[in-house]
Amino acid sequence: MMNIMIVGVGGQGSLLASRILGQLFINRGLDVKLSEVHGMSQRGGSVVTYIRAGERVDSPMVEDGKADLVISFEALEALRYAHCLKQGGTLVYSTQEIMPMPVITGAAAYPADIPGELSKFDIQTVGFDALKAAEEAGSAKACNVALLGAASKIIGGDAAEWEGVIRATVPPKFTDVNLKAFALGREM
Amino acid sequence: MRKLMLGNAALARGLYEAGVSFASSYPGTPSTEITEVLAEYKDVRAEWAPNEKVACEAAFGASLSGVRSFSAMKHVGLNVAADLIYSASYTGVNGGFVIAVADDQGMHSSQNEQDSRNHARGAKLPMLEPADSADARDFAALAYEVSETFDTPVFLRMSTRVAHSQSLVEEHDRVVPERKPYAKNIAKYVMMPANARPRHHFVEERTQKLISWAETSGINKIYPGDKKIGIVAAGIAYQYAREALGDKASYLKLGMVYPLSAKQIADFAATVDKLYVIEELDPFIEEFCLSHGIACEGKALFSLCGEYTPGMIRAAILGEADEKAAPAAAPVRPPVMCPGCPHRGIFHVLSKLKLRVSGDIGCYTLGAVAPLAAVDSTVDMGESVSGLHGMLAGDPSLADKAVAVIGDSTFVHSGITGLINIVYNKTPATVLILDNSITGMTGHQQNPCTGLTLQQEPTHALDLVALCKAIGVNRVRMEDPFDVKGCEAALKEELAAAEPSVIIVKRPCALLKSVKPKPALHVDPEKCKKCRKCMSIGCPAILFDKEQGARIDPTLCTGCGLCVSLCPFGAIS
Repeated sequence: MMNIMIVGVGGQGSLLASRILGQLFINRGLDVKLSEVHGMSQRGGSVVTYIRAGERVDSPMVEDGKADLVISFEALEALRYAHCLKQGGTLVYSTQEIMPMPVITGAAAYPADIPGELSKFDIQTVGFDALKAAEEAGSAKACNVALLGAASKIIGGDAAEWEGVIRATVPPKFTDVNLKAFALGREM
Repeated sequence: MRKLMLGNAALARGLYEAGVSFASSYPGTPSTEITEVLAEYKDVRAEWAPNEKVACEAAFGASLSGVRSFSAMKHVGLNVAADLIYSASYTGVNGGFVIAVADDQGMHSSQNEQDSRNHARGAKLPMLEPADSADARDFAALAYEVSETFDTPVFLRMSTRVAHSQSLVEEHDRVVPERKPYAKNIAKYVMMPANARPRHHFVEERTQKLISWAETSGINKIYPGDKKIGIVAAGIAYQYAREALGDKASYLKLGMVYPLSAKQIADFAATVDKLYVIEELDPFIEEFCLSHGIACEGKALFSLCGEYTPGMIRAAILGEADEKAAPAAAPVRPPVMCPGCPHRGIFHVLSKLKLRVSGDIGCYTLGAVAPLAAVDSTVDMGESVSGLHGMLAGDPSLADKAVAVIGDSTFVHSGITGLINIVYNKTPATVLILDNSITGMTGHQQNPCTGLTLQQEPTHALDLVALCKAIGVNRVRMEDPFDVKGCEAALKEELAAAEPSVIIVKRPCALLKSVKPKPALHVDPEKCKKCRKCMSIGCPAILFDKEQGARIDPTLCTGCGLCVSLCPFGAIS
């Protein structure tokens, strides 16, 4: 069973990443379930998408402490969901910071040392500026595919398998940008 | 080929394959996508209606005309449609009539956590409950079969985690049944007392027949495993139980949650050592079991509130505690109004004037969140307007201190009648209609004000000014929410007026594709005096540092300019 969570701030757009992962697992002949959030929580709130794949999947959600992989679009959200990983699980996260409203209003402080906080968990971490990587590839919107590039090493599969799924999922005019972002992420 | 499909999309696919001809709904999370996906099938006439009651009545009419019809709504929408549904239970149907209702356990996007199964029992209507996308597709056709065989509207109960999860579905071709001939039948369709009395007997007999169908149709399935533990569950709760217990239990998976067969559950109970009922929200199945002398455990072990997890089930039934790390301390990230949201301007003014704000359901409910914290109450669709009238009736001194705030779509849904009541019963109420040219919170659906249909085809756009005037409101004016001074002056004038007034606060939602963001604004650190005025509007794009003062995140800023008008030192440009 592969248990994956994609977390971030509502509006960041995890849709493409979850579609690519879903197709990858279908191609592998596995049972797949995905669970996502719509409605009010999407308005700039903390959002989670769950992806589970295996011989047989019942619940569409990943339980706390059972995730193999957490992919985070944002640093604070990486910290918020780090405990969802199993021991030895991997956190792939973008170091981009988006201030939540309690920080903006001064009611709370943004954690000063997120890598330090993360080191208290029994997990592996891969942190990099995915937004910068995506911009380098040609579009800030390829941020999620850059993160997938880094995550692909945990999920497994050779570059050709991933490339095939990305080509089949992304509109043709964005294929090159996304493949470039994926390759940059995979180097992390 | 098996496809990964959202529960709501799979339900739409099932309805399409079962030959649905007409669908009418009002958007509401987590039900919205069912009707949106149906609209993509060219052979289905799918529509947004002004509210769930109109939608359900339209679908009922289509059923009378002889075709298969459908309506979808969220759990609270069912309360609005209930008037039609409770009596359509008596009339029965002509073409099949299916009503999907999506509950929101955990209240991800709702004002309450009501359990719609109570409405199935109340209206005496069969209710099917899918547990994943494949079920959602399969149950659509079954629901029409039940509707036409037993002469009844049929509920399909979804929940957030089934509606908004994707799982694998096999697609099939569409088969449209022949149109049912219409025959005038006053005794069946005119619900006056003399006709309704025999129909009530029909309803009770129908329920008995449906119980037999529950026993013989295979809708409720037994999955044998270890006999020490027996589980009765339906929908998403079944998935959690299966995840938690696997082969350590035997399962009676209920595909139909109303009516229930005592014989079927008792027969299953007899094959296991101990019976557990696992159901989120109300003890609906558990109380049925207990009232029929079937020993079981349920709410003694599980909460009446919120969502369950497999971990909770393992802990309660197997006594196994999961080993897991404690969450890190992290500041919460609640939902907020988007950067560039037109609602921000008007809530800033309402907050500044310290008015009592009777709020309503939509993105603008977020006007209650700090630092704006401008809203006093939010209960149901339309209550802002009717409730304000009552507030002024109860305390006339509030006439110049209280307003109602309602969105364009919500006003059309349930605000118009409240405004008629204000004029008719003469309170000098001030109502603000926040017209952002779309139904926002549910993800941008068209409505009668936008001039476009569900399929984005041009149609008549409701003229709110003319409507309010026709109702009898003499003082109707338009304001731009980003014109803070204009809004403030308008509010003061209308609050002082001795008669009802409506202010239409108009600016399109910042997320609409037609709204092009302007270049990001910038704070001049030389001019910023760190007064924090710009922080009072709760814009996610404005950050503040004690040393450096305000700073604008150029990746978030849409250049709306609201903060420019607030800065006393002209530091933002």
